[in-house]
Amino acid sequence: MAYDYDKSIRPGKLPHIWCPGCGHGIVMKGLIRAMDTCGLDRKNTAIVSGIGCASRLPGYLDACTLHTAHGRAAAFATGVKMAKPEMTVICCGGDGDGTAIGGNHFIHACRRNIDMTYVIMNNFIYGMTGGQFSPCTPTGAKASTTPYGNPDPVFDISKLAIGAGATFVARTTAAHPREIDKLITMGIKHKGMAIIEVLDDCPTTYGRRNKFRSVVDMMKHLKANAVPAVAASKLTAEQLQGKFLTGILFQEERPEYCAQYAEVIKKAQA
Amino acid sequence: MSSARLEVIERNCKGCSICVEFCPKNVLEMDVFLVKVARPEDCIKCMQCELLCPDFAIKVHDA
Repeated sequence: MAYDYDKSIRPGKLPHIWCPGCGHGIVMKGLIRAMDTCGLDRKNTAIVSGIGCASRLPGYLDACTLHTAHGRAAAFATGVKMAKPEMTVICCGGDGDGTAIGGNHFIHACRRNIDMTYVIMNNFIYGMTGGQFSPCTPTGAKASTTPYGNPDPVFDISKLAIGAGATFVARTTAAHPREIDKLITMGIKHKGMAIIEVLDDCPTTYGRRNKFRSVVDMMKHLKANAVPAVAASKLTAEQLQGKFLTGILFQEERPEYCAQYAEVIKKAQA
Repeated sequence: MSSARLEVIERNCKGCSICVEFCPKNVLEMDVFLVKVARPEDCIKCMQCELLCPDFAIKVHDA
């Protein structure tokens, strides 16, 4: 009945460092369930992350893990996959790590369509460094560096990934735990770049500055404003105002980078 | 329905109260920054508390 997460976690690592109510723990559980569903061999699975709250995730997991430079998770993961194409590569990171500092690596990993799964935990803020605004902080929201409201427009990570050429793009929220592991499982099984954007809550640096009285308010907000992508076509633009689409947003088949590169090697050696 | 046994790992619990709020049968209660199983007989084993606990602190077992 109770799910056995302990076998996937390095002994003595819990309790983790995340704040009370932080959704990263929920995503970590989803990732563990997805890895179990896919039957991944821990010795043949690389989990790569950059720097940030979300990037602490691989440190807890009992697999081959790599904690790299800020924003460079996708670059290191590309290296791992190229050197060992038989490995399953999973990237983890936050919105600031993935789309601001590592934005360039992110879009080019998408463009190459290399076979990996990038779980990007979007909590709308830089949490670890003290609540600075990130490219995903909603317009008008307050952060430690935008005390009068953020004037910048928002990055839509899923649309960015689709535009950059990722072949599996899905979005869910931390308030939908079953969907997290379902989508990560599909992402791992997908041959090509899979982006799973998980909208997350950061009660400590985002919630308390933006009129969320508690972590439960943030979770309820995520739950109330998530609209399944399949249901969205029946809604008007007005009804979709302020909502976010969840589920599989984009999926296509395109040649995978490692296979393409093997062809190049074959040609060069012929 | 067979009853459930809820296990709270107090070392991991940070008292975020997500499980208390999302329990549909109001089984759990807060007790000074720790979750307390108040009405285990009402549990329907929907697993929401276990799934939504970010801290790996609550487990739903078959009794």
